[in-house]
Amino acid sequence: MQNQQEINRLENIVQNLLDEAKEQGASAAEAGLSQENGLSVSARLGDVETIEHHCDQGLGVTVYFGLRKGSASTTDLSPDSIKETVSAACSIARYTSEDEYAGLPEKELLATEFPDLDLNHPWNISADEAIALAIECEDAARTYHAEISNSEGASVNTHQGIHVMGNSLGFLHGYASTRHSLSCSVLAQRGDSMQRDYWYSASRNALNLEPAIEIGKKAAERALRRLEGRSLSTRQCPVLYSAEVASGLLSSFIGAISGGNLYRKSSFLLDALDSRIFPEFIHIYEQPHLKGALGSAAYDGEGVATQTRDIVSDGILRSYVLSTYSARKLGLQSTGNAGGVRNLTMTPGELDYQGLLKQLDTGLLVTELMGQGVNMVTGDYSRGAAGFWVEDGEIQYPVEEITIAGNLKDMFKNIITVGNDVDFRGNVRTGSILIERMSIAGE
Amino acid sequence: MELLNLAKQTVLMPAGIQDGDIEKIMNRLLSSSVDAADIYFQSSHAESWVMEGGIIKEGSHNIEQGAGVRAVSGEKTGFAYSDRIELPVLLEAANNVKAIVRQGQEARVGLVKAPNWPLYYPAINPLKSLADQQKIDLLRKVESGTRKLDSRIEEVIVSLIGMHESILVANQDGSLAADVRPLVRMNVTVIVKENGRREQGSMGGGARTDYNFFIDQDQALEYGKEAVRQALVNLEAEEAPAGNMTVVLGPGWPGILLHEAIGHGLEGDFNRKGTSAFSGRVGERVASDLCTVVDDGTLPGRRGSLSIDDEGTPTEKTVLIENGILKGYMQDKLNARLMGVKPTGNGRRESYANLPMPRMTNTYMLPGPHNPEEIIKSVKKGLYAKNFAGGQVDITSGKFVFSASEAYLIENGRITRAVKGATLIGNGPDVLTKVSMVGTDLELDSGVGTCGKDGQSVPVGVGQPTLKIEGLTVGGTSV
Repeated sequence: MQNQQEINRLENIVQNLLDEAKEQGASAAEAGLSQENGLSVSARLGDVETIEHHCDQGLGVTVYFGLRKGSASTTDLSPDSIKETVSAACSIARYTSEDEYAGLPEKELLATEFPDLDLNHPWNISADEAIALAIECEDAARTYHAEISNSEGASVNTHQGIHVMGNSLGFLHGYASTRHSLSCSVLAQRGDSMQRDYWYSASRNALNLEPAIEIGKKAAERALRRLEGRSLSTRQCPVLYSAEVASGLLSSFIGAISGGNLYRKSSFLLDALDSRIFPEFIHIYEQPHLKGALGSAAYDGEGVATQTRDIVSDGILRSYVLSTYSARKLGLQSTGNAGGVRNLTMTPGELDYQGLLKQLDTGLLVTELMGQGVNMVTGDYSRGAAGFWVEDGEIQYPVEEITIAGNLKDMFKNIITVGNDVDFRGNVRTGSILIERMSIAGE
Repeated sequence: MELLNLAKQTVLMPAGIQDGDIEKIMNRLLSSSVDAADIYFQSSHAESWVMEGGIIKEGSHNIEQGAGVRAVSGEKTGFAYSDRIELPVLLEAANNVKAIVRQGQEARVGLVKAPNWPLYYPAINPLKSLADQQKIDLLRKVESGTRKLDSRIEEVIVSLIGMHESILVANQDGSLAADVRPLVRMNVTVIVKENGRREQGSMGGGARTDYNFFIDQDQALEYGKEAVRQALVNLEAEEAPAGNMTVVLGPGWPGILLHEAIGHGLEGDFNRKGTSAFSGRVGERVASDLCTVVDDGTLPGRRGSLSIDDEGTPTEKTVLIENGILKGYMQDKLNARLMGVKPTGNGRRESYANLPMPRMTNTYMLPGPHNPEEIIKSVKKGLYAKNFAGGQVDITSGKFVFSASEAYLIENGRITRAVKGATLIGNGPDVLTKVSMVGTDLELDSGVGTCGKDGQSVPVGVGQPTLKIEGLTVGGTSV
């Protein structure tokens, strides 16, 4: 198989690099290499706009001299460049300090089994076929309604890559994976009101992408429903985060229980292990071995085996999110999360979208958030928002130019319901989330 | 050494690429139906050092190099790039790229040196401006100097980043331009704790120069002092107000207001396509007559400055808004050509692996007639926002946000209590019409800005004098 040959070739490069590090006196080393090819095509107003051919490669190495470390990276994989990169890393390790927590993972934590996670589905689509697909998608949006007035276009992206990871404890593994997406962004106009919105689909396998026509229609619907939005008066009310923005709340939670923020004491969830963060009905877990999912991997960024595990059960924080270094700083063991969480999932509830609106009754449905506005140290939260005002479970009118604010600790405790309308497109999977009360600032 | 030869020596010679090779690639790209084509070569070396927990914890050295090849016909663009600067690879890339263009008659061009342009920073390698040991000593000095400023300090994190980038860009007319771009950046973050409450403060700066920038006048330690000051202010901060109120923005970094509220909306691509809230509004009033806003890539040594943009166009001081009237947009070559105007030197790209597009350089408002103290005195009840984190804009609806990280209440013309950070939200096309006072105290930011657009990050600068805005929504919790 051609793929396997290429994986072997790249594995050899990584092994040579590890040998070179040893040669240059390093007591330990680890390296990651990736190589990606891709095609991106965009069409706008019914004609092709850009065709981009992608071709990326990169190599990163960390060397240890006892407890001192140095890192280097390059985009040039030639033997000379690899030697120079290793020597740059070694040179840096002469100046860094001894750090008693530094070093490779414990050998027994490294992955030894490599199940086929069904991540590699190359899409043999030509540039012309991709253009036709993008045009089909954009046409569906532009012809959806007379008020669809302009377009930012539709695009088709396909990427295929090989990733290899190795270290001087004997770990060496590479795998191939693919990622494809189709997206569309259009404008709607009524009088002076102009709004833009988009929709996309992403998958490891092009067969699982939403149909182009559906993506176009959704983009059009989303732009149209925002027309003639208005601000709200300043108030407190319940807030329903729609599924596509609810994942951001979970990402903030993961940030607060990540080792790096914990050992730096820059988290609002210090010493929160085994304490109640969410209501009892909330369960949050990681599923790194899901077949064909965008976040799946058998090992983390350091080669540590990933595992399906609970992070929150019955509302109680059961585990932090740790790399080898942050775990040692905290006196714990790596959780296989160097590089983040994988397919983080919040157990869905019973209610669908309509049911959630009924339960919200009167309050704010948020469909878009703007700006950063999250203070990881204190949990203070204040972000720009747009969405819809809801009364008696029915959408009344679109809302924009408001902020929503609270403190994440309170917001997590005051979750009333999680919907079953899960957004499966990303690495964080949750349904819509209803929060009992937040501060809204507006006109 | 002359700039062009210096860049050739860094980028092309190691790869064995000669002028004749660039001509071959360009001629492969050209035909009578190609409106524009370019080849962009880049080599960048970057390093970063981090001190944390009292030790030199991280160091890394990163090398990035490659070339991007582009052909444009009408509104259509073909683009390919490679990490390998090798003739056969780039000829192949040119073949792929040309597929977007209808075949026309062959065209040929010979390489000529682009005419001279002014330089706004020296062609130096900042990584070599200090020995590695001196970089470490600088970090240690700042860390220990900062740590002893206050007993409530729990953690001090100091980072130092340097970049040495060389680029060459060949255009379809055969002109070859080059630039060598130094960039340094330092940052100090502190975490303080008192009575169980923790807060953070952060300050940094940078410029297109070498590391001595941080050593001269003990600049680096000033960042530490400022980070501690901010963190301690935040320890005292109460809940921020919520609602629409008069807001006074301090000078300098709060200029991200201009970047988000109007800057992005005035980029040529959105306006050519008619997707910006500012589309078709040149000549109209978009701000009070106190407001004159420019985008200026020519400020010597600034983080957002460029001698030439990534398409080889010399940068300019472009007037965006003059006495409240919209004057023009920021342009790259593609959008300028399609709109029938001149490029303004705003065609920028993150790297050879990305397409250029119109981007800001240093965006700021010129000073006005009002004494800053007089501005505060004029406010009965409002918010004084002194420092900000990032921002974001929806260029179509015009709605923008930016997040205050240090703010105070103004009560009866006096700055009183500190309040927690909060997001401010407004509408780009009308926020500047509400500017009722503009200070005499124009300041530029300290050299920390990074702007993201379509996934591409580039260094930028902002600035403004003290501004009074009659009515902006403040997103606090105190309803």
